[in-house]
Amino acid sequence: MSKTLNREGLLEAYRTMRTIREFEERVHTDFATGEIPGFVHLYAGEEASATGVCMHLKGKDCIASTHRGHGHCIAKGVDPIEMMAEIWGKSTGSCKGKGGSMHIADLSKGMLGANGIVGGGGPLICGTALASKMRGDKTVGICFFGDGASNQGTILEAMNLATVWSLPAVFVAENNGYAETTSSSWSVSCDNIADRASAFGMPGVIVDGFDFFAVYEAAGEAIKRAREGGGPTLVEVKVSRYYGHFEGDQQTYRADGEVKKLREEKDCLMQFRRHVTADGEISNADLDAIDSEVLALINESVVRAKADPKPEAADLLTDVYVSY
Amino acid sequence: MARKITYQQAINEALDQEMQRDPTVIIMGEDNAGGEGSPGEMDAWGGVLGVTKGLYHKHPGRVLDTPISESGFIGAAIGAACNGMRPVAELMFVDFMGVCFDQIFNQAAKFKYMFGGKAETPVVIRTMYGAGFRAAAQHSQCLYSLFTHVPGLKVVLPSNPYDAKGLLIQSIRDNDPVIFCENKILYTMEGDVPEESYVVPFGEAAVVREGDDVTIVAFGRMVSMAQEAADALQKSGIHCEIIDPRTTSPLDEETILESVEKTGRLVVVDESNPRCSMAGDIAGLVARKVFGSLKAPIEQVTAPHVPPPFSDVLEDLYVPNAAKVESAVTRVAEYT
Ligand SMILES: Cc1ncc(C[n+]2csc(CCOP(=O)(O)OP(=O)(O)O)c2C)c(N)n1
Ligand SMILES: [Mg+2]
Repeated sequence: MSKTLNREGLLEAYRTMRTIREFEERVHTDFATGEIPGFVHLYAGEEASATGVCMHLKGKDCIASTHRGHGHCIAKGVDPIEMMAEIWGKSTGSCKGKGGSMHIADLSKGMLGANGIVGGGGPLICGTALASKMRGDKTVGICFFGDGASNQGTILEAMNLATVWSLPAVFVAENNGYAETTSSSWSVSCDNIADRASAFGMPGVIVDGFDFFAVYEAAGEAIKRAREGGGPTLVEVKVSRYYGHFEGDQQTYRADGEVKKLREEKDCLMQFRRHVTADGEISNADLDAIDSEVLALINESVVRAKADPKPEAADLLTDVYVSY
Repeated sequence: MARKITYQQAINEALDQEMQRDPTVIIMGEDNAGGEGSPGEMDAWGGVLGVTKGLYHKHPGRVLDTPISESGFIGAAIGAACNGMRPVAELMFVDFMGVCFDQIFNQAAKFKYMFGGKAETPVVIRTMYGAGFRAAAQHSQCLYSLFTHVPGLKVVLPSNPYDAKGLLIQSIRDNDPVIFCENKILYTMEGDVPEESYVVPFGEAAVVREGDDVTIVAFGRMVSMAQEAADALQKSGIHCEIIDPRTTSPLDEETILESVEKTGRLVVVDESNPRCSMAGDIAGLVARKVFGSLKAPIEQVTAPHVPPPFSDVLEDLYVPNAAKVESAVTRVAEYT
């Protein structure tokens, strides 16, 4: 494992995953008090996916995200302080309080936005990848999408287009087993989403989404191929979500103890810690220190989000157009 | 016999009764039952807000969950309607029409005319619209004026539980494609609803309140806002007549025009964005047909020309409310 990532890289990966987890656990707690408005979809459980992919990306590379976007944002370098403020609807938020959880975006970081429309990101990534290709700057575009989104026409059209134009794009299917209440084993017409890759003329790979190193490696190959002009890849990440579809979901469609078992046996942070401390290169104390720093950061994000001002009335009418 | 039930229950009851009456009625949509292929409960949700809950077990095989493929299943509902079924398909949030609009406006809407009158497409598309959930720009739009714009579609906007039931039953029995628009804030609204089956005909506006001073034409949830405003205005001696068109296509022009001929003053209350909207449509109609009766400029109370914002302070400013209706009516009433 540490062949591809040095100590610094490993600590960075852990920090990113821990930040996502802590962020999501905190939003979950605060949502329950009724203070956070709107629809909130949490990424807890899936941290290794966003992190394993985005560790390979630089600022100019683009990602398109989904309604379950907090993890992708953090992994792509969006400021958690601004994200939390956005979720609380404050003027200091990533989108000045106009977007909320489902629309956090930071184009300066190559983060094209969480998306309220399932499958909305596929065509957009074809476009960013086309721009990358025409400029010849070796940047890539990553489309994150869910198992439910894998059945949406926009995603299927985008995969075909990406091959036809030989685009520097990677399609990351995060198969967490459900689209709302509906099982992916029912909604997806073949055994694996990755099986569809061959129909679109691209390689398809399946990875265990609880295993950071597996995601990191598979994504690394796909991204390298894209950068070098080899065209798109479909990476299916098999994973699970720890919370409901959105906050407030009673989840009666799930098996009893399903999440508890995953947390105890497969959790990505737990596995990562076990793995990197085994050869002594990183100590538990190193990771504990990161845990404390992350906790402090998330606490600060909430304190600030609560205290920050809401948008002003005049903001209602601004930013519809660039010029009027 | 009437009893109080919610708008949401009224919709569920209409679907249930029509499914009992007519075996060709089927319903389909994302998580309309919920739990397909999953290890836990089946009928886990009954739609994202529980509107279709219970129908799955009552009508075996006739409540179909779908993959997230709106073009696919909305189109399939339209095709099934061409082949002897009466499908009620659910487009969860009206905002998602962007994904499947071709099937609706180039296919369903056109068949009757384009095929020289030979086709009938008795499909209903139920869809949820409106702001107030802090759900931001892609889950809060109104968009019913876009459907109204298209010849061949009928567009229904119930403002209360009684109309929701009667209009939905009419929608299912109607032989044209119907877009049935449900305001998500109204789901919990209670009202008297008869247990037995009944229809509310299309193209017949309801005169919700009679008055001689100002006509208010209001759509969907805005009818309640207009009523609240009219109660307050009554105290200052301004008597409003409130008209709820109930369907924007067909539109009951006569009831609106007669009222304006009586009052000479018009305020239109429409939750959607103002450009090319129902508000503009009604204002244009009145200006064209009863210009001579007008004693004041027409006022429109609408959302501004911006997408729905997320933050609560902004969303509250965005949606029309009773206070805005009140001041518009006052301006119109005082105009000399
Ligand atoms: C076009 C569109 N259809 C339906 C929805 C409602 N919806 C939001 S998330 C979701 C499920 C998505 O499932 P999946 O793609 O597996 O992502 P996950 O939630 O599991 O991360 C649905 C049906 C939507 N937002 N957009
Ligand atoms: Mg999923």
